[in-house]
Amino acid sequence: MTDTDTRLPIVAALTEDLDTGFVALFDAYRDLVFSAALRLCGRWADAEDLTAEAFLRAYRALAGYEPQRIESLRPRPWLMTIVANLWRNTARSAARHPPPAPLEAAPEAADPAEPTEQAAERSETGRELAALLGELPEEQRLAVVLRHVADLPIAEIATILGAPEGTVKSHISRGLKRLRLLYPGSSR
Amino acid sequence: MSTVESYDPEPSDRRDPLIAGLGALATGAPAGLLDRVAARWVRVDAAIGDVYVAMTDQGVAYLRAEQDEDEFAASFRSRFARPLLPGGSPPPALVRALRTGRAEGLHLDLRGLRPFEAAVLRAAATIPRGEIRPYAWIAERIGRPKAVRAVGTALGRNPVPLLIPCHRVTRSDGLIGQYVFGMPAKERLLRMEHVNLDEVGTLAAKNVYFVGSDTTGVVCYPSCRDARRITPAHWHGFRTLGQAERAGYRPCRHCRPGGAAP
Repeated sequence: MTDTDTRLPIVAALTEDLDTGFVALFDAYRDLVFSAALRLCGRWADAEDLTAEAFLRAYRALAGYEPQRIESLRPRPWLMTIVANLWRNTARSAARHPPPAPLEAAPEAADPAEPTEQAAERSETGRELAALLGELPEEQRLAVVLRHVADLPIAEIATILGAPEGTVKSHISRGLKRLRLLYPGSSR
Repeated sequence: MSTVESYDPEPSDRRDPLIAGLGALATGAPAGLLDRVAARWVRVDAAIGDVYVAMTDQGVAYLRAEQDEDEFAASFRSRFARPLLPGGSPPPALVRALRTGRAEGLHLDLRGLRPFEAAVLRAAATIPRGEIRPYAWIAERIGRPKAVRAVGTALGRNPVPLLIPCHRVTRSDGLIGQYVFGMPAKERLLRMEHVNLDEVGTLAAKNVYFVGSDTTGVVCYPSCRDARRITPAHWHGFRTLGQAERAGYRPCRHCRPGGAAP
């Protein structure tokens, strides 16, 4: 999937008027950002927080950019870099200050904040797989989610993670390998 | 780094159940997420004329009487650093609050305030319609009796004037004091709310800042609804609260007078 067709009208809108451009940016990438955020955070409410915070940071950054910087912007990797960094920071500060252990820690427990229609659509196995993503180390989880949930090309993930493509591929391979061990019916 | 046997399936490889399963984990963003980020602006007819109001998903965040929407948007953005989008029609609770001065049931978003500013505004919000309090009263209420000047600054930065009635805070010496919409607007608002401004001014000129009733033994600010019911035969004026207390009066529980004379 190429992002070029989406990129140009957004950059044009951002150059014209920051707030109108922001809405174009939001509409183009909200599903992508939210999907990635949900599979990184694991919980619906946390994913909403992360998505809102990422877009707010994006707006604040854009407000300080020179026009040339906006014209050369590649919105998708730029935005997803904000998401990835924000998630890493939240994940790390949560690790330093762990919240009290949840009472319903079972992986098949429904996410209380997820709207019921969505939850009903999702299969049991989907919920299980989503929970298994939480077993992956940080960078593997990021790489697998960006590649296979968000459907981004390797080169773009390399930009987002600030790592060489080889490293990204290795994160993905290791991540998938581990998921295959944990995910029933996925052996090849 | 050890090389991993690299199996890199395309995300579109739906024959692989794991890859298909991961792909199916993509989901749509819930509705209303934009309102977690952007505020919406509306224009409302208020007692002092048209005002612009910005609302977030938490409540009313900003109210100003700027020239036009561009000026309002610029002022909003420099203060809040959030996108501001056109809103629909203003919520009925907001229209009612601005028409009647009664802001009950209206949610305010005061997240951007420092704790001191928030405390000042919460204290100002308790002043009833038709009454006024000195800046020093707010300072005392929030436990910072010496911070009178800072109280004035915080009120001047009130993001939601009219909804938090900072116009009901006036100078101890009987003068009306500064206002975010200018002094004439402040006086007009107070007169609309039937504050006895002329009486307060006349008393201040005679160095009277507190009034008591010898039937109840209670001392009030001159704008207090209880003070205004005192009949001339039982009316006593005081320069300081201390004088009143020494004469056996206790402070009113409604207007809670405090502080020193100017």
